Amino acid sequence: MIVRLVQRIGILLASLAVSSVLVFAFMAVLPGDPARVALGTSASDSAVAQLREQFGLDRPLVAQYLHWIHGLLTFDPGNSYISQAPIGPQLADRLQVTLWLVGTGMVIACVLALPMGTLMAVRHRKPSGLVLSALSQVGVAIPAFLAGILLITVFAVGLGWLPANGWTPPVQDPVLFLKQLLMPALSLGIVQAAVLTRYVRSAVLDVLREDYLRTARAKGLRPTRALLRHGLRNAAVPVVTVLALQLATLLVGSVVIERVFVIPGLGSLLLDSVANRDLIVVQDVVMIIAMAVLLVNFLVDLVYLLIDPRLRGGAS
Amino acid sequence: MRHDGRPTRGTGAVAATLACLLLASCSAGSTATGSTGKNSLNIGLTAEPANFDFTRTEGAAIPQALLYNVYETLVKLDQSGKIRPQLATSWSLSKDRRTYTFHLVKNATFSNGARFTAEDAKFSIERVTTDWTLVQKTQMDVVDAVRAVSPTELEVTLKRPSNDWLYRMTTRVGAMFSRTGVGKLATEPVGTGPYAVKNWNRGDSITLARRHGYWGRTPHFASVTLKYFKDPTAMNNALLTGTINVIGQMQSPESLYRFQNNSKYKVIEGTTNGEVVLSLNNGSGPMKNRKARQAVRYAIDHKALMDTCWAGRGKLIGSMVPPTDPWYQNLTDLYRYDRDKAKKLLEESGEAGRTLRLRIPTLPYATACGTVVKSQLEQAGFKVKLDQLEFPAAWLTTVFKNADYDMSIIGHVEPRDMQTVFGNEKSYIRYDNPEFRALLAKADQGTREQQITDMRAAARLVSKDAAADWLFLLPNLMVADEDITGLPVNSVSESLDLTGLGRS
Repeated sequence: MIVRLVQRIGILLASLAVSSVLVFAFMAVLPGDPARVALGTSASDSAVAQLREQFGLDRPLVAQYLHWIHGLLTFDPGNSYISQAPIGPQLADRLQVTLWLVGTGMVIACVLALPMGTLMAVRHRKPSGLVLSALSQVGVAIPAFLAGILLITVFAVGLGWLPANGWTPPVQDPVLFLKQLLMPALSLGIVQAAVLTRYVRSAVLDVLREDYLRTARAKGLRPTRALLRHGLRNAAVPVVTVLALQLATLLVGSVVIERVFVIPGLGSLLLDSVANRDLIVVQDVVMIIAMAVLLVNFLVDLVYLLIDPRLRGGAS
Repeated sequence: MRHDGRPTRGTGAVAATLACLLLASCSAGSTATGSTGKNSLNIGLTAEPANFDFTRTEGAAIPQALLYNVYETLVKLDQSGKIRPQLATSWSLSKDRRTYTFHLVKNATFSNGARFTAEDAKFSIERVTTDWTLVQKTQMDVVDAVRAVSPTELEVTLKRPSNDWLYRMTTRVGAMFSRTGVGKLATEPVGTGPYAVKNWNRGDSITLARRHGYWGRTPHFASVTLKYFKDPTAMNNALLTGTINVIGQMQSPESLYRFQNNSKYKVIEGTTNGEVVLSLNNGSGPMKNRKARQAVRYAIDHKALMDTCWAGRGKLIGSMVPPTDPWYQNLTDLYRYDRDKAKKLLEESGEAGRTLRLRIPTLPYATACGTVVKSQLEQAGFKVKLDQLEFPAAWLTTVFKNADYDMSIIGHVEPRDMQTVFGNEKSYIRYDNPEFRALLAKADQGTREQQITDMRAAARLVSKDAAADWLFLLPNLMVADEDITGLPVNSVSESLDLTGLGRS
């Protein structure tokens, strides 16, 4: 168990190091000069050169990389090229917003997908199961941004029940916070739920065909009880894997959803920073997203160990 | 399985995460602009400032938010384009037309508490040459000496007479800074204006708060929030659902119908300084050929183009001069749409077989017009390859800096920019005509009448040379709640002047 844990941590750290090199390399080859963008159309070449020096862009790439990593490790990512404001507090603010969005989206996806997927599996030969299956197919086909636009059109512009866009911290105004969170989280959640439902259905169907479930029923357990007691834990392993992948998709999906709902999260910051060639901010945001995805994968590995005792025993 | 009702480790972890998020969110950025009280106003705009320092950062967004509202100038432009007093109550010009004497207001203070005097004005004017990095700083090169005669009297002597200098004093180069308030211009602007920056939620909004003790007329609204939208539809929805009160820059004129027949809103249509130019590379490639450039101008059906790509809103001008400048003349007749003539000129030019690279920025008007221009030119026999370059970064480097293009489409929104775009042979258009430059120089130094005559001649010359094609002038389209008053109809200065806004 401990050997396996140490292995996983080692893989996590190595992946983080490789990601940081890749992120930095991609930024370095991106066309467009941050200093030129900051100074704009009318700046003289000497002013641009001066600013490049100020940004440290005239230094060798290895030195720039080490400086960046040092900043990240010491929680002081420096100042933005463009706004000249400290990046740290800005990243922290934006990350909280995105975490709320992604977290709520994930909860909505799970709450919808787990019962629906199970129901679809149990009733896979009945009309109700087929209808649910068809609905989930429609959900898979709708991109999150389209779901967002449709929700805005109906519930904000049409019925006037919810605000069309914006963001308020929960402490400032909890009611407005929930109203503003609902539609973006639903847009992310519904689409993810549709995908997740398909996996839950297939995992539960596999479990339903297993011998141990037949044995459980032969012992006198009702089908539902047998499934809940012996089936779901076994069906959970593939579903948890998909959940982790989905979380990564949600993070990326939130970039678009934040734009549609004008939410100042990590995704909006990323898009703006790319357009302005605020490369130091882009690097940090991409690195945070990469870190989040790697960390989630790491946690999933740990969850495997919790769910499946066979993995624990095998390693120790 | 546990059935004892105690929380498991899993639920504990979830609860702890949520609690952390909730606590941490105390400081997270808010865009809570839904509660628009009587005393506050929310305005939707498109381009957010990169920072607050317009002395070192280019772009129209910073002066749009700060000029006249946070920073004031000695003189300002009114809605009709006329120069009016601001921090200078009056001014006079010496007989040799080289020395301006300004009489300044007595009771103005900066937002850092310092009093505004002629010494600050001298400091601000001299600082343009010493500390600014933008090309606009050259507009102060004509200044020979600045003298603070008394705390309320300033004397500025020019090296030569210049009509343009006083006009430029209404723009960002004329902004007055505190001698003790330029340390953190990028994040903490200090001006004498009626508003001060209260909060900047980066990526979302800037809130300006009314200053107590402002020397002039107190503005109606205690706070004004400038809220930035990348997506025009999101901005429209924000007005429809009451999140904002005003769309300051309508970027989707085709959706105006949603507001036009609704008594809750009013639509304002005025004029701007934004000439949407089909830039032609006069320095190299097929567009170096004058006949080929003329063929391009004849090939474009401007009315049809404006109808298609900007819902028919805007004005056809045919030159680099908007109607609010004193030397405006309608030059659309110089190259009236004539496809046959375009074909003939293209043949004569010998450039017919070459492919033109139309490299446009990813901006709404440019992408909308790009395909129409391509199609119209192809109908006249041109071969056109359309590229979209990401704006600002890729477009600035490829087209603006390296002039690696044959044609492009860009809105030149700076006021009186004929000189910067066409009067400098190194600008990306590479128009090199000594006669044109001589006319501009003469106009700057002559009397007002001579200035108008010479500027008209210059505008006609650059238009006849087909140095570019002027597709149309962007309209100033605003939509607002019906009870909002004092909105600037025309956008003729660099500022979105909020000082006159009110509620009926």
